[in-house]
Amino acid sequence: MYKILKKQTLGPSIREYIVEAPEVARVGKAGQFIVLRLHERGERIPLTIVACDPETGGVTLVVQEVGKSTREMGDRFHVGDTILDFAGPLGEATEIENYGTVICIGGGLGIAPLYPIARALKNAGNEVIGIIGARNKELLFYEDQMAAVSDKLIVKTDDGSYGSQGFVSDPLKEILESGSKIDRVWAIGPAIMMKVCANVTRPFEVPTIVSLNSIMIDGTGMCGGCRVDVGGVAKFACVDGPEFDGHQVDFDLLMSRQGYYAEEEVCSMDRYMTKYAEGAEQ
Amino acid sequence: MIQEKQTPMREQPAAERIHNFNEVPYGYSEDEAVQEATRCLQCAHAPCVKGCPVGIDIPAFMDHLKNRRFAEAASVIKQDNALPAVCGRVCPQENQCQGVCTLANRFDPVAIGRLERFCADWEAENEACRVEMEPDTGKHVAVVGAGPAGLTVAGELRKRGHAVTMFELLHVAGGVLMYGIPEFRLPKAIVQREIQALCEMGVNLEVNQVIGRTQTIQEMLNGDYDAVFIGTGAGLPRFLGVPGENLNGVFSANEFLTRTNLMRAYQFPEYDTPIKISARVVTVGGGNVAMDASRTALRLGAKESVIVYRRSEAELPARAEEVHHAKEEGIRFQLLTNPVEFIGEDGRLAAVRCIRMELGEPDDSGRRRPVPVPGSEFEIETGTVVIAVGNGPHPLIPQTTPDLELNRWGSIVADPETGRTSLKGVYAGGDIVTGAATVIEAMGAGKRSAMAIHENLMNGA
Repeated sequence: MYKILKKQTLGPSIREYIVEAPEVARVGKAGQFIVLRLHERGERIPLTIVACDPETGGVTLVVQEVGKSTREMGDRFHVGDTILDFAGPLGEATEIENYGTVICIGGGLGIAPLYPIARALKNAGNEVIGIIGARNKELLFYEDQMAAVSDKLIVKTDDGSYGSQGFVSDPLKEILESGSKIDRVWAIGPAIMMKVCANVTRPFEVPTIVSLNSIMIDGTGMCGGCRVDVGGVAKFACVDGPEFDGHQVDFDLLMSRQGYYAEEEVCSMDRYMTKYAEGAEQ
Repeated sequence: MIQEKQTPMREQPAAERIHNFNEVPYGYSEDEAVQEATRCLQCAHAPCVKGCPVGIDIPAFMDHLKNRRFAEAASVIKQDNALPAVCGRVCPQENQCQGVCTLANRFDPVAIGRLERFCADWEAENEACRVEMEPDTGKHVAVVGAGPAGLTVAGELRKRGHAVTMFELLHVAGGVLMYGIPEFRLPKAIVQREIQALCEMGVNLEVNQVIGRTQTIQEMLNGDYDAVFIGTGAGLPRFLGVPGENLNGVFSANEFLTRTNLMRAYQFPEYDTPIKISARVVTVGGGNVAMDASRTALRLGAKESVIVYRRSEAELPARAEEVHHAKEEGIRFQLLTNPVEFIGEDGRLAAVRCIRMELGEPDDSGRRRPVPVPGSEFEIETGTVVIAVGNGPHPLIPQTTPDLELNRWGSIVADPETGRTSLKGVYAGGDIVTGAATVIEAMGAGKRSAMAIHENLMNGA
């Protein structure tokens, strides 16, 4: 059982949790993820590690309530409550080196996994240009954290309600077109955002790393449900990734596979909302 | 006058059972068990014992059964087998104890597997049997992976007085017994009952443990443990490598079965993990896993479940009983057929293009090699394909343990008699060494490793 040490709301349906998992906190690194299961009937949910504190044993996660399980976590799991299962760290850590100048792009919830990578890159001596964006001001979070680890931070919102109006790929394109020497790009967010960013950097031949959030069951290399096409080869996001060369990823396949259970997700959510949302026990 | 045929076991009728996940055979009653055990000839040379990978004293337990000493019969089995309720249900007895039974020369062999199951279930119901435990030795062994091999090692070493801690990556122990073999063939409550018995003997079980990451094998040896056994199995699914295999609707058998068994997708939405199949489900492969997947598909609501296998019926590697049950349930066997392409429509699987095969010269396995018949391609319309063509070694421990010798398939190299690996104090057994095999073979390897670990801990041998 893994205790929730802290919980705070970052935006509408976006919450940050710190969960007590000392073994994970001792060794977890930027780029890796954990799998948690809320209760006996729960599904295994992969979540990227945002921070690990070996002192307190806390692992920080950011969860967007997009489906039944994440919604249930937000509604019913509070500070002091325990999560039944919590396993990690899984996946390969980000390759942190001093590359020179790097651009770290986070879109929507992708800002959460991006932040520890940007921080580690900054600590390794890189000049970090941060670009974060969201649909609107309410959905934007970690601006201060990202500002603290970026030499320059650009903020975009789709509707212009904060920062400047536009997509995160817009300033990426401007920087590359201006002729600045960029040694590496990380782009983490919705599949379509990562696809667009990879397309922007491709003609400039700047290595571009993306972090893929395909559907997983076990998250440990056993089901192959998370397989993605990278350069024509099937790779498992859980054990071969989750980070891959964005120029090699078949994003259309990724998006198609992410949508396979859309109907079931709606069914599960509807059932939860009608049966349980008002506090009835499972 | 000997009874020539095996005493039949009652089971759920096929028409009924394809609509539920309840266990298919009901098991013997006491009288049926006694009747069947009476068929045993008590051969002095006991070929059945040699046919058993864990060497159960089969004639001794038959003798107890014949005389209605059920608790004694169960204890004889437990002496050599930590998971009798599992083995009685899933061992390929026809190739092992029953295959070499003297009676089999003329009649049906004694139904040893069914009787093993009977004893284990009787014992669980009557809580009659206690395993003899030796005094604590002060030694501590780590077992990585709580599947059939690891559970066996844990039981054998604990019995001999060693402290044992088992580390499991998933949220429950049991390995393939939990995620792979379906409920209707091996009820999960029975697996957990056997694991509970190990815990009651004092085996520590830690789930959700990412060994290799949270601590490496070397760190375990430098720390609390006198020896480490690796039994992490063959969990990495193989695919065919044909076009279209990443389409939605193409599952590995691991995913299909893990969703259904471990995560209980057949009870979605009461359980949170879904599974989605089409009216026709095609399973590729001819082993036990293929039988499990195709029969699972029916229970999930498929109108038609088809097995596509590249060789002929004679080469099906599945247990005879599984093939028999699959046929009874109406599984269609499309033999001498191999997929060449998965065809999609809007990102979803719509059909599988197959080619007919014929058998040529024998290959390395001694079986006749299947060869494609040119121009014989045809399509089967389906939205769901399950690939059940085997698994590779689980990569986590090999990847995170430098200096651990691996073979060219990435399996751990270990001495077949002792499980010793290239690292001192590190043993391995089961599918992580042999590649995907059977539950009982993994248990046999576990038992041999446990003996070697015990010898080493006690005598430094």
